Amino acid sequence: MIIDHPLLGPRDAAEFTYMGDAKLIDRPDPDADTAAQDFHDYAYLRDNPAGWHQELWFHEAGDRSWLVVTRNTLTHEISKVELARDVARSRGRNK
Amino acid sequence: MSQKNRIAGGQIDRAKTLKFSFDGRSYAGHPGDTLASALLANGVRLMGRSFKYHRPRGALSAGSEEPNALVELRGGARQEPNTRATTVELFDGLLAKSQNRMGSLRFDLLAINDRLSNFLTAGFYYKTFMWPAAFWEKLYEPVIRKAAGLGSLSGKDDPDVYDKGFLHCDLLIIGAGPAGLAAALTAGRAGADVILADEDFSMGGRLNSETFAVGDRSGADWAAQTVAELASLSNVRLMPRTTIIGAFDHGTYGGLERVSDHLHSPDAGKPRQILWRIYAKRALLCAGATERPIAFDNNDRPGVMLGAALRTYANRFGAAADRRVAIFTNNDDGHRTARDLHAKGVRISAVVDVRPDAPLHPDYQVLRGAQVVDTRGRLGLSFIDVRQADGTMRVVECGALGVSGGWNPNVHLTCHQRGLPVWDDAIAAFVPGENLPVGMAVAGAANGVFTTAGALRSGAAGAVAALDLGQTPDLPQTEDAPVNITPFWYVKGCARAWLDQQNDVTVKDVKLSHQEGFRSVEHLKRYTTLGMATDQGKTSNMGGLAIMAELAGKTIPQVGTTIFRPPYTPTAIGAFAGRHRGQGFHPTRLTPSHKWAQEQGAVFVEVGNWMRAQWFPQPGETHWRQSVDREVLATRKSVGVCDVTTLGKIDVQGTDAAAFLNTIYCNGFAKLAVGKVRYGLMLREDGIAMDDGTAARLAEDHFVVTTTTANALPVYRHMEFVHQCLFPDLDVQLISTTEAWAQYAVAGPNSRKLLEKIVDQDISNAAFPFMACANITVCGGLRARLFRISFSGELAYEIAVPTMYGDALIRRIMAEGAEFGVTPYGTEALGVMRIEKGHATGNEINGTTTAQNLGMGRMVSTKKDSIGAVLSRREGLNRADDLRQVGIKPVDPAEKVPAGAHLMNAQGPVDAVHDQGYVTSACYSPNLGHHIALGFLKNGGNRIGEELRLVSPLTGVETRVEIVSPHFIDPEGERLRA
Repeated sequence: MIIDHPLLGPRDAAEFTYMGDAKLIDRPDPDADTAAQDFHDYAYLRDNPAGWHQELWFHEAGDRSWLVVTRNTLTHEISKVELARDVARSRGRNK
Repeated sequence: MSQKNRIAGGQIDRAKTLKFSFDGRSYAGHPGDTLASALLANGVRLMGRSFKYHRPRGALSAGSEEPNALVELRGGARQEPNTRATTVELFDGLLAKSQNRMGSLRFDLLAINDRLSNFLTAGFYYKTFMWPAAFWEKLYEPVIRKAAGLGSLSGKDDPDVYDKGFLHCDLLIIGAGPAGLAAALTAGRAGADVILADEDFSMGGRLNSETFAVGDRSGADWAAQTVAELASLSNVRLMPRTTIIGAFDHGTYGGLERVSDHLHSPDAGKPRQILWRIYAKRALLCAGATERPIAFDNNDRPGVMLGAALRTYANRFGAAADRRVAIFTNNDDGHRTARDLHAKGVRISAVVDVRPDAPLHPDYQVLRGAQVVDTRGRLGLSFIDVRQADGTMRVVECGALGVSGGWNPNVHLTCHQRGLPVWDDAIAAFVPGENLPVGMAVAGAANGVFTTAGALRSGAAGAVAALDLGQTPDLPQTEDAPVNITPFWYVKGCARAWLDQQNDVTVKDVKLSHQEGFRSVEHLKRYTTLGMATDQGKTSNMGGLAIMAELAGKTIPQVGTTIFRPPYTPTAIGAFAGRHRGQGFHPTRLTPSHKWAQEQGAVFVEVGNWMRAQWFPQPGETHWRQSVDREVLATRKSVGVCDVTTLGKIDVQGTDAAAFLNTIYCNGFAKLAVGKVRYGLMLREDGIAMDDGTAARLAEDHFVVTTTTANALPVYRHMEFVHQCLFPDLDVQLISTTEAWAQYAVAGPNSRKLLEKIVDQDISNAAFPFMACANITVCGGLRARLFRISFSGELAYEIAVPTMYGDALIRRIMAEGAEFGVTPYGTEALGVMRIEKGHATGNEINGTTTAQNLGMGRMVSTKKDSIGAVLSRREGLNRADDLRQVGIKPVDPAEKVPAGAHLMNAQGPVDAVHDQGYVTSACYSPNLGHHIALGFLKNGGNRIGEELRLVSPLTGVETRVEIVSPHFIDPEGERLRA
């Protein structure tokens, strides 16, 4: 596969390490009353869609960016590649 | 020997003669020949024995689809089994042997299998060798393996080099027949970056095998002229002898270039083959089509060949399979073969056409509405039996029979990304479907366009469409005959009619499998092994599908095809390995002291990719334990030194560096003073321990984190994840500096005295106490880092200098330490000392243990958030009787404590239910004089002093042990602070 890195352009997937569902960005609030349940769900429950999936890829043999790649698990088509830090910020993970 | 079946014409260089040998006999051929064409020219039809029944076989085809003519090539270490004689390019001195025979090729002793054929039908392995079970491994399998199978390997190391390479292009054209050449010409003239790859050594595809003209010249001349023009274009890369073996994601293609296979041995410095990874913006598949046979009784005799293959041998290679040839066909292409051979002076005994309206020819007889029902001849074809339209039988004498059952487009690569082909009634074949790999289009015969004019047009149009060029160039006039075919798959008979000649699968086998309930095409394939041989059923699958459809009362498209998978043709494992074998299997990382350690005669051990000194044998030491015990005792008594460069080092800088580490580690780091080091434990988010190490605060906004050697990469990846994905606005930057610093542990009561001779600053206990760290200088000004940390439990330091000074530093430490008897120690002594001290490593932090298990439960701060903190508080991970790290020693000091053994109560059953824990690390402690171990024990914290049994059912060991504190040496830590 080829991943179109937002900073570096198209790079071979062999340069990356895969970590799965990008929902890992949405780490729950550790101080919430429901934190135990929330973290259980966060750590263990994943969707396994046949189709479009947002997932985390680490450019380990490159610039060490974590990326959020929107990929179709059936066709391997990639429709969007974003810097994970931008996605995290857009999801409210500011300081 | 004379080339008795060599005929006029062809694209061989008759001015030169090449000598070669087949089964020990010498023959002559010419440049441009394949091994098969040269053998046929020499009158050799018998080239091999079949896989299961050991029936005599000859070449069926003239290309890479060949199922029969598999030979062993070359000798010695370069011996290569299962090469197709039909694609092997002839060179002077070529050495080939037939394979899969016992005795000679003409008198194969295992031909007895053919008499047992009623017994060796589809599924015979499954049915016959069921019991007794023990017989399978000892008797059946070895016998079957010897009798069946194909060629053999040399058993020696492959002396050749295989390379890998990467290419990029605007347009990859796969196949250099008329469609591919027209496409390359169109794209090349337009200036695009083009790669034109073809598996053959001579580009041109069928143009080289046909007699009709393209424009004002012969097809072969037009191909040669076009290739010459393409070669003159700097934007076109011609890759003959290159098979595109697979279409992968996003326009990536695998290409195998046979750089040296046509030579006696590779030229100096050249690889044998190159596996190319080709990144193509667009690809045009011009892979042509493969002719398919018709099945009839005994259709596997040497001399029975594909019709177009006979044409190829005659027109391209100037070789006749025999001087007297018959044709069996269901379409017009068979008649083209007859015409071409007739024009070359080969006698056409008869053209047998199943169609009642077959075209006639004035010079030879055409039997309309007739079928070939059987053949005769022991080691090669002599006669065919023909049933004529009126039902009467007729015997026709011929030494070769060209069978033409129609053409299958080579759709393989269109299906490598889950695409399915669709049926086209007009040509009675599957053509590419709509779901093609990204960026791929198909042209020419591969797309079901079977005329030469059509191939030229669709190739050029394909290039225009791929590159958005606007207009199609002028193309030469050429053959444009319509396809006339009546689907016909097999002749009903009473003997065996072969479908898959390589795996010896007959029409009867397909019927049997259907009768036994194997209705899916995938089941048929696996039960009968149809199409599972090295040719992947290129000439046989369609016949099997058609028969299956007939039996099931379905149409062929309803039955469907099996899945086409890469590689397109067999590919040597060596090509996939490339240079990644032996020493090159993975990179070898050397520590800065490696050269020095080699000089000391160190024994090395691979740790990850690193080579680390395991111990340093001294003269007279004959057992590793002697060396290790000496190193441990000397370190604890005076001073030892060990290269610890391999531990991961991560530089953490930024105004939020402390806050970041506070999140990464379960224990607190916010208040760590500058100039201090702290032990840190990282958890995974599920609350399980991930790794441990130290973090040294060199400045307010600058930490150096260490990781274990094995986890250097995963921990770095994790830290970047926490930063970029969870806390993107923290002002912190991370970089791995593992290779940038050479680091040595200097341990033992004399370590300070030794380092004082090297370090420029005051490192007295008052100025540089336990857990201090600093940027310092050594040897009068070289920048360095000093950490007062201890893995061994002794007064100890780790000292780091830029890697380029690592070798100098170890030599300096050894020189300055001579007065203290400084002793280098390796990873074994390191391990012994850390077990004596009760320090955990990967054996204990093993992916299943928590901070509580490790006896560090109270380290997990409840005052702050950190990764893993919430789930580490789960009830299930905090039970009172949880596993707890303990020390273990044998009750009888002479006993060993095997690692991996399990702890059981002193009384009671020994089984999984009563398991109390297990041993993680064990060694002999030279300081205590007996074996010791670390392990995990249920409720271990409260069981110090208890006697248990240690059992290892695997090794039959059962030992009585006592549970003790994991800190065997200096439990109060006085030495550390000395």
